[in-house]
Amino acid sequence: MGKVMKFRIQVMPRIEALDPQGRAVQGALERLGFSVKDCRIGKSILVEVNETDKAKGKKLAEEMAQKLLANPLIETFEVESV
Amino acid sequence: MRSEAKPVGILRFLGTNCDADVVSACDTLKIPNKYIWWADHFNFEEYSAFILPGGFSYGDYLRAGALAARSPAMDDVRRGAIAGYPILGICNGFQILCESELLPGVLTKNVSQNFQDEWVDLEGVTETTKKYRLPIAHSMGRFYATEEKIESLFEQNQVWLKYSKNPNGSLKDIAGITNEMGNVRALMPHPERAMHDWMGSRDGRNLFEEWLSGK
Repeated sequence: MGKVMKFRIQVMPRIEALDPQGRAVQGALERLGFSVKDCRIGKSILVEVNETDKAKGKKLAEEMAQKLLANPLIETFEVESV
Repeated sequence: MRSEAKPVGILRFLGTNCDADVVSACDTLKIPNKYIWWADHFNFEEYSAFILPGGFSYGDYLRAGALAARSPAMDDVRRGAIAGYPILGICNGFQILCESELLPGVLTKNVSQNFQDEWVDLEGVTETTKKYRLPIAHSMGRFYATEEKIESLFEQNQVWLKYSKNPNGSLKDIAGITNEMGNVRALMPHPERAMHDWMGSRDGRNLFEEWLSGK
């Protein structure tokens, strides 16, 4: 029986790619009185895979990010085991 | 009996919503056409060309066009593209073609952050005499690619259309591009919504006719 492992894939807009959502939220934070230098909004994707080997599981999650979850033109990603 | 011309294949993904308008545009121009369902594989040789209509495939989940780009029918669209068949992407179809890597770059959120539904003026980039007045209706229409890529697109004559007045922050005012071979092309505005005077413009007819005649 395989064990279920969870990985979080954090996808963030690249610094050079415009992030209008982050910019709008930064404006709103500033209007609330917060001094914010930068604000960027990405997404967090949690996947569960049937895998016992942590390194293999992580590799699978990275493959998912490369094939679908992130667009390398505008996004970067990080995979962590959770 | 006249010989049956091969139809233009019109792709339908879950959430495509300009499919019927594209059929109507084809019917207006007397172009035989046939729907292709996203989950089906098909033989591209049974068609003369392909149109990927606009809409919100998969509700724009993950990224606009990302999930549709990885659907079974797109495998065969890709085969057709490699074989040199004409492929036209409109709005969400443009996003799907970029996500399929059949076209370079990506369409990102409008700088305004809003869904924009308005008329725009377009001009041809390699063929500067061509002008069209067409409607846009998108929130993810800002064309983005690296600076080097954009430069090479202009050098290789792959920039097809640009906005006379940039509505969405698209880099270099780009509204439509082609692949290197020139058989795959896409634009954010909707030619199928500009087919008759009562629609506000009939420039879409010229665009479809030029596309089909390879001009």
